[in-house]
Amino acid sequence: MGRYVLGRLFQLVPVLILISLIVFAVMHLLPGDPALLMLAGAEGGAITPERLNELREQMGLNDPLAVQYMNFVFNAVQGDLGSSIRFQVPVTELILDRFGSTMELAVAGLVVAIAIGMPLGMIAAARKGGWIDTLCMTLSYVGSSMPVYWLGLLLVLLFSFTLGWFPSAGGGSFQALVLPAVTLGLLSAGVLARLIRSSMLEVATEDYMRTARAKGLPPRLIILRHGLKNAMIPVLTMMGLQFGALLAGTVVTETVFSRPGLGRLIVNAILAKDYPLVQGSILFLAVVYLLVNLAVDIAYGWLDPRIRYGH
Amino acid sequence: MAIESMEIEGPERPWRMASVRYLAQPGAVIGLVILLGWIVVALLAPLIAPYDPSELVSRARQAPSAAHWLGTDMLGRDVLSRVIYGSRISISLGLIAVALGGIPGVILGLLAGYFGGWVDVVISRFVDALLAFPSILLALVVIAALGPSIQNMMIAVGIATLPDYARLVRGSVLAVKSQPYVEAARLVGNSHLRTMARHILINVNAPIVVLATLQVGSAILIGAGLSFLGLGAQPPTPEWGLMSAEGRQMLQRAWWISTFPGVAILSVVIACNLVGDGLRTALDPKMRMG
Repeated sequence: MGRYVLGRLFQLVPVLILISLIVFAVMHLLPGDPALLMLAGAEGGAITPERLNELREQMGLNDPLAVQYMNFVFNAVQGDLGSSIRFQVPVTELILDRFGSTMELAVAGLVVAIAIGMPLGMIAAARKGGWIDTLCMTLSYVGSSMPVYWLGLLLVLLFSFTLGWFPSAGGGSFQALVLPAVTLGLLSAGVLARLIRSSMLEVATEDYMRTARAKGLPPRLIILRHGLKNAMIPVLTMMGLQFGALLAGTVVTETVFSRPGLGRLIVNAILAKDYPLVQGSILFLAVVYLLVNLAVDIAYGWLDPRIRYGH
Repeated sequence: MAIESMEIEGPERPWRMASVRYLAQPGAVIGLVILLGWIVVALLAPLIAPYDPSELVSRARQAPSAAHWLGTDMLGRDVLSRVIYGSRISISLGLIAVALGGIPGVILGLLAGYFGGWVDVVISRFVDALLAFPSILLALVVIAALGPSIQNMMIAVGIATLPDYARLVRGSVLAVKSQPYVEAARLVGNSHLRTMARHILINVNAPIVVLATLQVGSAILIGAGLSFLGLGAQPPTPEWGLMSAEGRQMLQRAWWISTFPGVAILSVVIACNLVGDGLRTALDPKMRMG
């Protein structure tokens, strides 16, 4: 197991290098001088060649690209992602400041997705073709075709403005977490339900399921102990991907509910052309996403020894 | 008589059979009708829309009424007319983004699958790295570099969906590459390019068509999300995501401004997904053989 984990960690290195290259390349090679963009975006100063050159020097933009990239990676590995232009503080500090709130939202969204998606998918599989099945599949279809922000607005309209149960904006309290988490989680719940349903249906034809039925186990026990446990393996991989989708979904959800978080930080940084902040926070989110998927892979290998010993 | 019926059973019929299979699915037909309906609306927008989408035609924030079926927005523009014109933007966004992501994605996947070796290693690693970003994040990277605008939003959404095509096509090409007809095509002297285009691509087109249809829907969703964030279409464009964002501040007093554009998106995306799933069933080669 230890070797498996090490091996997976090692495989991460090339992907990490490529991610950093992509973020770096996009920021540096595409048209648009970041220093110029920054001056133009800054509050009203006239753009003079001197100021531009000074800024370019300060940002290291006059160095050869390879040197700039090496500096970027070298500093990033040590946790230094540069300083935000707009806030004049280290990017890392800004990210860590808001990451907790974003993680809280993504995890809460995952909890909602599992709490709704899992029972729905199981019921749909157990009663295949029945009205619950049809309802579940319709819900998951509609859910995956809906803009996240729109669902958020509808929930605010119903639960904040009409019923007055939850606040429509802000962060910090459990009350304020409910609507954003439901917004995020509902969309993933549909995907999860559909996946659990198909996975359970596939498992249902296995020999051990027939054996369990033949020896007279009650259906509930067959589904939970023999069906669900085996059906969970593909579901788990999907959950890793879904968690990534949830993390990305926080970008929109945080804006809808005016929640302070990493997603909103990125959007505001893009709008303000705060270029080091954009670069740093996107790199950070991508790495978190990668690590989450790694954790899922490891859990996967632990659940299913065939994966560990195979290739 | 017998010869005639043999001819009817000839090999040119798979497309006919596929359309029969497609039309046998109620969901797929409903999706197609909705989608065609939206395309007609987009094409005939100036004829259908009751008002000019950018003109202040009435008092602001009027509730839906006979004169303004979907009400008026915060400036007094007709929401229905704006939703109708918005279909032009969303549908062209969907198509352009799919072309921008699909064409390079398919080429990359084809090259990786066909040549294998170091070409495959380089392309696959690149695609893996792109896949390491959730698609909206990838779109954000591109928007951050190019700046927020409607054109850049289309480019961003295209790039964000590129790795999906590359991965799919690579896998499909690997599956058919070792077929005898590919070897035969090479042996009779076809160039690599001709073999790839005439013999391989043509045999893996079904999954590409399905993916592209589904991606039209997700491109519209991502684009609307970006516009909602202020990173896509800019005011006063009648774009559905932007319209929802504009109405958000007065959601409590004028719910119709934000909600109706969302209904439009939902119906278009559901239609794309229904058509995509219908095509998948209709084009599935396993079913074709059966």
